[in-house]
Amino acid sequence: MENARAIGRPKGASRLRSLLGGRWILAFLILETIFFCLTAQGFAHPSSAQMLLFYGTEVFLLAVAELFVIITGGIDLSVGYVLGFASIISTKLITALANAGLPPVLALLMGAAFTLLVGVLPGLVNGWLVAYLEVPPFIATFSMLGACHGVSELIIQGIYAMGLPEFAGEVGNGHFLYYAPGAGFSFFSRPEVERGTTVYEIVPTIVVLAAVAIGTLAFVLARSRFGRHVYAIGGNRDAAVRAGIPVRRRLLAVYALSSVLASLAGISYSLKYVSGKADAGASSLLDSIAAVMIGGASMFGGSGTVGRTLVGCLVIAVLELGLRMSGTPTFDKYILVGVILVAAVVVERYLPEDRK
Amino acid sequence: MEYLLETRDITKRFGGLTAVDGVSVGVRPGEALALLGDNGAGKSTLIKMVSGVYQPDGGQIFLEGRPVHIASPMDALAAGIETIYQDLALAENLDVGANIFLGRERMKRRFGILRVLDDGWMGSEAAKVLERLDIHIPSLRSTIRTLSGGQRQAVAISRSIYWKAKILIMDEPTAALGIAEQRKVLNLVRTLKDQGLGIIIISHQMYDVFEVADRLAVLRRGVKVGERLIKETTPDEVVGLIVGSETVASGGARSEGSMR
Repeated sequence: MENARAIGRPKGASRLRSLLGGRWILAFLILETIFFCLTAQGFAHPSSAQMLLFYGTEVFLLAVAELFVIITGGIDLSVGYVLGFASIISTKLITALANAGLPPVLALLMGAAFTLLVGVLPGLVNGWLVAYLEVPPFIATFSMLGACHGVSELIIQGIYAMGLPEFAGEVGNGHFLYYAPGAGFSFFSRPEVERGTTVYEIVPTIVVLAAVAIGTLAFVLARSRFGRHVYAIGGNRDAAVRAGIPVRRRLLAVYALSSVLASLAGISYSLKYVSGKADAGASSLLDSIAAVMIGGASMFGGSGTVGRTLVGCLVIAVLELGLRMSGTPTFDKYILVGVILVAAVVVERYLPEDRK
Repeated sequence: MEYLLETRDITKRFGGLTAVDGVSVGVRPGEALALLGDNGAGKSTLIKMVSGVYQPDGGQIFLEGRPVHIASPMDALAAGIETIYQDLALAENLDVGANIFLGRERMKRRFGILRVLDDGWMGSEAAKVLERLDIHIPSLRSTIRTLSGGQRQAVAISRSIYWKAKILIMDEPTAALGIAEQRKVLNLVRTLKDQGLGIIIISHQMYDVFEVADRLAVLRRGVKVGERLIKETTPDEVVGLIVGSETVASGGARSEGSMR
C-alpha cells in the first residue's frame, strides 16, 4: 500500500500540490460558491449563508460523528436512523412533558437531555459489538440501522410524531441574534417593532448550538489525549495496543459519541420541523459520509479533521442550494456529489502525505 | 558480570508442540546477545515470553538476579524491557514526538482547567533523544509515513530509549533496510551498548551478528544447541549449528541429548 502510493504519484502534480497543499478542497468550495453567485439568481445574498447553515445543521453534526468513527478505521451506518429515532423520542417526550404541565422551557430541556441519554444506547451497542465482539463496523452499524428504523416505526405506527409546544418551533426556527434599526440588537427573541420595519435575523439558534458542540469536539480531536488515541488507533491499531492505549474502551467511546451526536441532530430536526419521523436522517447519512471523504479523510482510518470535514459539508450544501436556486432538479445533486466524491479521493492520493 | 536478564529452563508449549524447550540464556549490561536459528526454531516465542506476550509453561525469568513474573506487555515495559518488533509498531499517521509518547502523552494546562496535549514539549524531548543517538530526521513534525525505513527504526529505538529501557529486544532490526541504513542501525546498537543497555537481537544476517554481537545463542526446534562468544567462533560454525550438520564437531554438549 505504502509503495503503491509512492509509485503511483506522478511528478507533474507536485507544483499544484505545493501550491494548494491540503487546502485544495477549500479552493474548490470558493470556486463553487463564486460559480453559483454568478449563475444562480439570488444566491449571492447573506441569507444564502444562513440557509446553508440552517438546513445543513443535521449533516454537520452527523459528519462530525462519522469523522470520529472513520478516523478509527470504522464506519457508522446507523447515524441516519439514530437521528430519526431521536427526533421521534424527543418529540414524544417534550410533548408529553409539556402536556403534563411543565413550563415549555423545562419540558424542552428535560426532553432533550433524556433523548441524549436514550440516544447513547445504540452507540454503546455498536461500540460493544465492534470493540469487544470484533464484529466488522459495517455489519454492526448496518444492523443497528435496521433496529433503529424498526423501533422508530413501532413507536410512531406510520404517523409522524407531532404535538410539540409552539415554543419548540420558536427555538428551532428562531435566531440567536436580531437587529432592527431603531430597536438595536436583541438575543433570541424577535424585537417588537412596527409593522414594515426590517428585522435582521442573524445566525439561527440551532446553528449556534451545533457550533458549540462541533467546536468542542474539534478541540477534543485535535488537542486532547482521547483525540490523539483516536488517530493512533486508525493509524496502527497494533501499535496503539502495544503502547498501552485502552483501544477497546476508546472504540466504545467513539461509537457512543457518534450516536449522541446523531441524537443531537435528531433533536435539532424535531425542533426545526416540529415533528419527528423514522427516516428523518436517511439521506443525511450518505451526505455526511461523503462530506468526511470530500474533506480528505481516508476510509482506512488515521486521517481527517473537523475543519476539513466542515468544508466537505459545505461543498455539498452549496451544491444543493445552488442547484435548487438555479432551478435544476435536485437529483442532479446526487450525481454531482458522486462525481466530486470520486474526484476528491483521487486528488487526495496526489497530495503531500505528511498532513495529519 | 551478573546477567541483566536471564531465562532458566524456560519452556512454552502450544498444544502438542513444544516451541521452546528448557532454554537458558542471559544478557549482561553493555552486551549484545544474538539469537539465531532457522524459521520455527523458537526465537520469536522465546522473545515473546520475555516481553510478556506469552506466559511460560515452565522455567523462570530473572531480572537483575531476581525472579520476575511478566504477566503482560505492560509489565515488561514497566520492568524496562522494550521490544522492537519487525513491524516497529509506529502509528504512521502521527509525527515523531507523538509516536515516542504514544500512550504516555504529556499534557499541559490551558486556561487553568483544560488539559491539552503538549506537542511542543514532546517534540523537543523527541529532538533531544534523537540527538543523543546521533540520528537526523529532516522535520520532527513530519509523519512517520514520510520517513525512510532506517529513520523509522531509529524512531522506534528512540521511543524505547526515552522510556529508560534496560533491555532492548530487536527482532530483525535490519531486515527491511538498505545497506547504508543497516550500518546506521548497527552503529546505533553499539551506541546503546556503550550506554549500558543489554541488547538481544534476533537476526538472520550473519554479518550483523558478527558486527555488533558479543555472544550468540543458537536455537533449533525449540532447544538451545549452542552458545558462543563471537570472538571464539566463525560464521561457518554458526551456520552448522543452525542447520544441525556440525553438532558433533561443534562440541555442543547437550545438543544431541535434548533432541526429541
